[in-house]
Amino acid sequence: MTIATLEGRGLTRVLPGPVPTTLVAEVDTAFPPASFTAITGPSGSGKSSLLYLLGLLDLPTAGEVLVDGQPTSGLDDAARTATRLERFGFVFQFHFLLPEFSVLDNVMLPMRQLGRLRPEAMRARAMGLLDQLDMPEVAHKRPDALSGGQRQRTAVARALANDPQILLADEPTGSLDTRNAAAVFAILRALAREGRTVVAVTHDEALAATADRRIRLVDGRVVGGTAAG
Amino acid sequence: MIPLPLSIALAHLRSRKRQTLVSVLGVMLGVGVFISISGMMQGFQSYFLSQIVETNPHVVVTDEIRRAAPQPMQLLHPAAAVQISRILPRDPVRGIVGAGAMLDALAAMPGLSAAPTLRGQMILRRAGRDYAVTALGVDPVRELRVTSLERDMRQGSLAALGTRPDGVVIGSGLADKMGATLGDTLAVATTAGGESTLRVVGIFHTGLEQQDTGQVYVALARQQSMQGRPRVVNEIHVRLDDIGRSIPVAAMIEGRWGFKAAPWEETYARILSVFVLQNAIIFSTTGSILVVAGFGIFNIISTVVMEKARDIAIMRSVGMPRGGVVAIFVIEGLVVGVLGMVAGWLLGWGIAAVLRQVPSPGASDPSEKLRVVLSGFTFVLGSAIALASAVGAAWIPARKAARTDPLAIIRGAT
Ligand SMILES: Nc1ncnc2c1ncn2[C@@H]1O[C@H](COP(=O)(O)OP(=O)(O)OP(=O)(O)O)[C@@H](O)[C@H]1O
Ligand SMILES: [Mg+2]
Repeated sequence: MTIATLEGRGLTRVLPGPVPTTLVAEVDTAFPPASFTAITGPSGSGKSSLLYLLGLLDLPTAGEVLVDGQPTSGLDDAARTATRLERFGFVFQFHFLLPEFSVLDNVMLPMRQLGRLRPEAMRARAMGLLDQLDMPEVAHKRPDALSGGQRQRTAVARALANDPQILLADEPTGSLDTRNAAAVFAILRALAREGRTVVAVTHDEALAATADRRIRLVDGRVVGGTAAG
Repeated sequence: MIPLPLSIALAHLRSRKRQTLVSVLGVMLGVGVFISISGMMQGFQSYFLSQIVETNPHVVVTDEIRRAAPQPMQLLHPAAAVQISRILPRDPVRGIVGAGAMLDALAAMPGLSAAPTLRGQMILRRAGRDYAVTALGVDPVRELRVTSLERDMRQGSLAALGTRPDGVVIGSGLADKMGATLGDTLAVATTAGGESTLRVVGIFHTGLEQQDTGQVYVALARQQSMQGRPRVVNEIHVRLDDIGRSIPVAAMIEGRWGFKAAPWEETYARILSVFVLQNAIIFSTTGSILVVAGFGIFNIISTVVMEKARDIAIMRSVGMPRGGVVAIFVIEGLVVGVLGMVAGWLLGWGIAAVLRQVPSPGASDPSEKLRVVLSGFTFVLGSAIALASAVGAAWIPARKAARTDPLAIIRGAT
């Protein structure tokens, strides 16, 4: 059996306070390469919180996140930031594009941060991604001149900029109509087929049904699905 | 391709054009005022100093001795605990002993001229009023080599003392007070009891109040006889081709002959220390404008940090390290600082050009304008303060932005 690209062991996140809130409780889950996993659950069940833990954006109260079988709890902020840059791609429910930059420049941001490619190569790769996502014509437009679907696809292109092994998407279709939502999911599925580990949060059961595996959360705990443990 | 933090910084500033412009203007004003006002100050000081240094000798040797000669007992028993009290000092004839030989030796040194002087007090009397003045008995030919007094002559000349043994050269202030003009006769009394008359053969104006009202020149021989000190010289005036050598030359003279030799820096130490204070005040007041300009930068960058919290959060979650976030905002501060600085150079240069058209207050010659000296030092100092306050002002909000947890913003937005 291959090593899971991404794995959570006993992941627990408790918000401290007068009345501590448990966001995620003892989640054990592994995500193999070339898999597309959908996380579902009612609102407030901890889906986003779990994704932030898996994406090294948040620190678990207990438990461990493993990337390529390596524990990450010992990493400091700089190391976790570097891991996010090189290994992870994020798509958030809100697109979070930089309004002053063109679509092409937005897609290039992570590449420029990484600084491995030469400028022409970055530009070519960003154009290629936009092509792949079927929106080459908007490359030089500003995000505010795009439709919701185009913005979300731009966010997907940006998430793929550094060719990450792991793609995490938090309700990437939340603000889209059915047709656009299905299109974005089709893209995610295709990316999984290329060999990436894709995890998407959604509250849309129909879309979740198109994923390879499903995890269902209630009150921060895994209660069912096809891939627990 | 320009670095990522720089392109994000420029995008932020472009999105807040007006506020950026105001901050740039603030820095520009600060730098411009700093440069021009410091330049005016420096112009005044260097003019004042050049007046002093040109009019007066660069090193004055007097018949004083800075340290009493050691007692023979102490020389005999250097290690012993000798206490000597009630020393009765010898009362030598005051004056520079061996002045003639000293003058010859000094004259032989390159880049150096020396002239003998007998300084003493005298009282000039005219129209029933007494005027106490300091009289310098000089050898007019040699004296002209050590001062630029001849340049400051309004009427007559110093050289006239050579041909008129009873001549006196007085300052313009004194001439005005006494109502004396060229050719007038003045009654003179000295502490030695001598009484005689002197004839005004020259009137000078140095612009230095103290000299113009309180100092007169007479021929050396005449002074010696009036003071009752024949053949005595109590000051030797030295002028150097290079005024920067005044301190070592003074030390050399004092070491060789033992008489106190004061470089002009020592003689005018009070004025120099006033200049230091003046500079401190000017630099701190005009420098504080630059610090205030820093508040403008702090303001715009704090605004941008709040406004662009989402952009920062996304950059952080994508993988920009904290240092990258700090860099974005510090660069914003630097860009404002550098633009303001360069504009401030031009403004300072412009203000200086205007000031140079303003008549110098108190100048006797109405065509004399304010002097402004724009030195590289003021440019560098003003720019350094401007950039430091720009970076400092940006640093505080930048650090706050870098410390903000991106998750807090991402959670809040979804
Ligand atoms: N900063 C916070 N302070 C207090 N409670 C919080 C905070 N962040 C999240 N929560 C709570 O934690 C729980 C889990 O939140 P989370 O965002 O992970 O849920 P979710 O499954 O993503 O919900 P949704 O489908 O609405 O996005 C919720 O009950 C939420 O109210
Ligand atoms: Mg959520």
